[in-house]
Amino acid sequence: MNTRTKPAPRGFGTPELLFLLSVGVLVVVVAFPMLLIFFNAFWVNGHFNIVDVLAVLRREETYQALLNSLILSGGVTVTGTIVGTFFAWLVTRTDLPFKSTMKLLFLVPFMLPAFIGALAWKMLLSPRAGYINRLFMDVLGFDSPFFDIYSYAGIILVETMYLFPFVFIQVSGALERMDPTLEESARISGADLFTITRKITIPLVLPSIVSGALLIMLYSMAHFGTVAVLGVEIGIYNIPVLIYEKIHQSAGSFDSIRTATVLATVLVITAALILWAQNRVLAKGKYQIIAGKSFRPTELKLRGLRIPLLILCIAYIALTIVLPTATIFMVGGLKTYGLPFTLENMTWGNYNHILFEWDLTRDSIWNSISLGIAAALITMFAGVVISYVIVKMKVRGKGFLEFLGMLPFSVPGSVIALGVILAWSGKFGINLYNTVWIILVAYIARYMAFSLKANSAALEQVHDSLVEAARAAGASMAQALRDVVVPLVRPGMIAAFFLIFLPALRELTVSVLLYGPTTRTIGVAIYTLNEDGETVYSAALAGIALIIIVVGEILIKRLVTGKSGA
Amino acid sequence: MASIEIRDVSKRYAGRAILSGLSLALEDGECFTLLGPSGCGKTVLLRLIAGFEAPDSGSILIGDKAVADAASGRMAPPDKRGLGMVFQDYAVWPHMTVFANVAYPLRLAGVKGDELRDRTMRCVELVGLAGLDQRLPSQLSGGQQQRVALARALVSEPGILLLDEPLNNLDANLREEMRFEIKALQQKTGVTILYVTHDQEIALGIADRLAVMDEHGKLCQIGTPEEVYEHPADDFVFRFLGIANFLFFTREGNVLRAGNSRESWRGPPPDIDGKLLTAGFRPSDVLLAREGEGFSGIIRRASFLGAQFDYLIEIAGVLIRAALPSHECVARGLLFAEGDACRVELATVQWFAGHVAAAEKL
Amino acid sequence: MAYIELNQVTKRFGVITAVDRMNLEIAQGECLAMLGPSGCGKTTTLRMVAGFEDLDEGEIRVGERIISSKAKKYYLPPEQRNFGMVFQAFAVWPHLTVYENVAFPLRIRKLPKNEIHARTEEALKNTNLLPVAQGSPDDLSGGGKQRVALARALAIRPDVMLLDEPLSSLDPHFREEMRFEIKDLQRRFGFSILYVTHDQSEAMALSDRILVMRAGVVQQIGTPLEVYSDPANRFVFEFIGLSCFIEAGLSPEGMYLGGERHPWPEGIEPPNEIIAAGKGLLAARPTEIDFIGEGGIRGEVLRKVYLGETIDYRVRVADTEVRIQKTRHTAGPSAGDRCGLRFTRPHWYPADESSEK
Repeated sequence: MNTRTKPAPRGFGTPELLFLLSVGVLVVVVAFPMLLIFFNAFWVNGHFNIVDVLAVLRREETYQALLNSLILSGGVTVTGTIVGTFFAWLVTRTDLPFKSTMKLLFLVPFMLPAFIGALAWKMLLSPRAGYINRLFMDVLGFDSPFFDIYSYAGIILVETMYLFPFVFIQVSGALERMDPTLEESARISGADLFTITRKITIPLVLPSIVSGALLIMLYSMAHFGTVAVLGVEIGIYNIPVLIYEKIHQSAGSFDSIRTATVLATVLVITAALILWAQNRVLAKGKYQIIAGKSFRPTELKLRGLRIPLLILCIAYIALTIVLPTATIFMVGGLKTYGLPFTLENMTWGNYNHILFEWDLTRDSIWNSISLGIAAALITMFAGVVISYVIVKMKVRGKGFLEFLGMLPFSVPGSVIALGVILAWSGKFGINLYNTVWIILVAYIARYMAFSLKANSAALEQVHDSLVEAARAAGASMAQALRDVVVPLVRPGMIAAFFLIFLPALRELTVSVLLYGPTTRTIGVAIYTLNEDGETVYSAALAGIALIIIVVGEILIKRLVTGKSGA
Repeated sequence: MASIEIRDVSKRYAGRAILSGLSLALEDGECFTLLGPSGCGKTVLLRLIAGFEAPDSGSILIGDKAVADAASGRMAPPDKRGLGMVFQDYAVWPHMTVFANVAYPLRLAGVKGDELRDRTMRCVELVGLAGLDQRLPSQLSGGQQQRVALARALVSEPGILLLDEPLNNLDANLREEMRFEIKALQQKTGVTILYVTHDQEIALGIADRLAVMDEHGKLCQIGTPEEVYEHPADDFVFRFLGIANFLFFTREGNVLRAGNSRESWRGPPPDIDGKLLTAGFRPSDVLLAREGEGFSGIIRRASFLGAQFDYLIEIAGVLIRAALPSHECVARGLLFAEGDACRVELATVQWFAGHVAAAEKL
Repeated sequence: MAYIELNQVTKRFGVITAVDRMNLEIAQGECLAMLGPSGCGKTTTLRMVAGFEDLDEGEIRVGERIISSKAKKYYLPPEQRNFGMVFQAFAVWPHLTVYENVAFPLRIRKLPKNEIHARTEEALKNTNLLPVAQGSPDDLSGGGKQRVALARALAIRPDVMLLDEPLSSLDPHFREEMRFEIKDLQRRFGFSILYVTHDQSEAMALSDRILVMRAGVVQQIGTPLEVYSDPANRFVFEFIGLSCFIEAGLSPEGMYLGGERHPWPEGIEPPNEIIAAGKGLLAARPTEIDFIGEGGIRGEVLRKVYLGETIDYRVRVADTEVRIQKTRHTAGPSAGDRCGLRFTRPHWYPADESSEK
């Protein structure tokens, strides 16, 4: 019901003011850059021109990028879904030993930036220089490398390692929450375990599988890092990589900007289609499978397979988490890239150099941290106000506000970066290009949706009656906000802060399009060092980044659980 | 303490009239229940009194002060009306301890130090939460949370306590216990209570007086529980207050013929005229016997419910329900089985003109 | 003749004995309700019969056949027991239509097509689901879903129906209706029912016999009327229906209430072994106490609440409060009056017997 206390709706008051302010912020930060992309893609010399758009798409290079994006994201989706579903089933429905520990370990890849993983695998499996391949050829005497990571298969495997948790989380959640009597009633109906799995369990979790799979596809589609690290050398590139090349290599030329905007449009449409499909799957297939009173579901006894499957899990974790991470730190400590890992070849010097001596790397760490904090703070506060308007206030047109806020959720990072370049490079009076501000603006646009989600969820929990109870207790509206609403929303705000700060810290796709000589982020620095052949420094910086990320994640877990428990 | 007066209040929502020209007066210190089906506008009335809504026309007085008056546009905000309120979903602030929740209204009123502590603790004890004052609401049961809400509403000693279906979410035993407690608190503090509910049992059990409101926001009857239950103003009130049996009669000369049967009414003649009439009666009005006077009936269903037997009986082509105390059934040999024949007499009946439709389900 | 037989059935979870040496016989076509507070072991018992839990001791038979036996280490898997079962949370499959839900157990049994169809239709008809057969169960109300679960259990024409709190998730309004429907189906198909519930009115209305359980131990088995009128102990008395208790000091000459001696009122003398203990608990149903003008146990009416069909009194007797309920046509005293109480069917229990709480 209505929370206002004034007798008649006034023409213009605080709600309307807040609403307009919110719309203003979102239009400037989100809508305007997006519109510029479409405008640049479809308007030539002030005329709508679809023929040129088609011509761009028919070009060999664009066509190939589209095809590659399709092959790569399709492949990652298939393998990631299989891996994620299998492990989810294993840790929820079998008597696998150490299940809960395994479950936590399978979530670790979520923390690790995929492009750092790609870097590690390049060091291990690049056809000539990779350590494993060299071991294979030089020591064991094979003629050809063990595995060439510079390939479609290589890229798909590496992305699978870091993206499968999307499916894993969704499916293990569904399996865990699923009412066990759904399966028990099938048993009592006469079905054996195999039939139940086939006819009951899998159909019931299918919506979760599909929705996780579509998330994998969305992310893989928009991913820059892995393909850039592993594919470019042999000519495999996807849409984000091509956008990057267009912007960077032919700086400023109209044709390349236009090609980029056309590519960006394709990316936006694909992403929108994927999200639309996901919404449909979730809306249609949102079975009511959760129930209260429950015994634990029947666990499949693995019997003889128990230990082999445990070993498989451990091996998988060792291979996808431990091995790449160790490689990064080891290579980061080498005196020269390519030397064997012996004690006399190792040095702390690299770490010392990038942390304390070299401006480029030192600045990049500082840039990422300050950008992360600034973006997180700004979006957190803006998000709470906008969410308040959306959730609690009765104003016309708040659906539009919600749409604007959630838009970036479906917009890949490279598209946002491109839009920001178009909007803030001086064409409209303000030139932020090559400054750290342009990255900040892009981050705000990129992460606003995260903040809105967290804050809206928190505000939904604050029922109107809590505020009304305060009013009835004698509190004015301002006092009710201060004493009831703000304390209750604070955990959501803190969550929003970290939901933004952490991804921003390891972000590459956006900043790689926007960085200038002194405004590299950690991601950009790692990437460019690697490009420049400074593999050892690149690895050392990646190692530092991993430490910062892991420490950050742990701190947050502490902080968030500590707060919400109080 | 304070009286409430509602004068000719109307309220529309989205073009629909919720309340039109409603007037009602609550006396100082009484426990008044507003009983009505969901969506009838009773909660809107409560929110109008609380100040969360403004009337489209008419005025509301608390004590002798007008807190809302559509004509002059005067509208006192909720925090200036000196009332306590308890919500259906408790609305206990989850981030504050029991003590902090209860102390909040006093803090706002500027009470400090020992006085704050004493008055809060007294109120916490009053609702039976002594020793739990440092708990967070999440560590309390539903009933305990409701007590916190009650203590918070009472702590600043308001003249009026507004209760919006506060016992809905509790289980039956707790509901009954809380009903007693609210009543006892009211007697202890003398606060005027307006209690809104759709549950007739709570309404009857707690009220000094009650008003029954129909789906259209019209007040059908105001009276003590006994008046309203024993002498309902119309068939809506009769039906709304409990399980209602209806038996149709057609006047043929001096004889009232029951339903489509040959049987006729043999009790005292009804005080209304007309060819078609309906007798309404409660399960407790049905007197059963193996044989003797009265309508002949057939037991269609017999359920033992512990303290009572619940019989579904067919008389004159109509199904009616009867409730008999178990010990009486045992003592008088009235343990019927399905299909048994019986005799039915009616202790008291309410006569309604015309053929009144039975409640939707028996 | 016993159809289902539980013999010394025991189940432990860690150090807790969930079900302790339970013996139970259920006749063909009988409805037996297991009643008790949550955690008393009633659901565990049901799950042992269903085959979802194994036994730590004892055995379970159906007819001549052993289906669970600790000694023989034999457990017939649930899918081969041929029972119908209905769960609290409905457990209908949302990805199948109502029809396919009901046909599922028949398809699993690979019955001929026309038989599957005929039996599914029959089950749907008996549960009034034919009009919604092709719809999704998610579109049905709680009551509708529970009907689908019932139809699915009926389709295999089981001899035994296991019902695990089947009405607890329904709106109170539907509960009564479903109760009658279950009873009706049983009458038509003649299966035995083992029914788990914590709601005593449900148990009484539905079952031929009631088993009251507490902490894994059977307290009483009997018809609803037996269990209600002659509870085996204080726990059963308190668990079934409303109750009030007066603690009294006892001597052969009379009883002491709050230190004052009262002569035995008419018909109230406790059994000798309880008198010998020196104190006891006088128990009564609120409906089974009458007001009398003279004599009886004296008390003062604290309050009188008019509830419509009944009038609810609280009367103080010595230092306890006694609750009394009379129907609305019975005249009674007013609040503040002194009155006499006559217990029409008093029960005595040892004073130290533990209560439900």
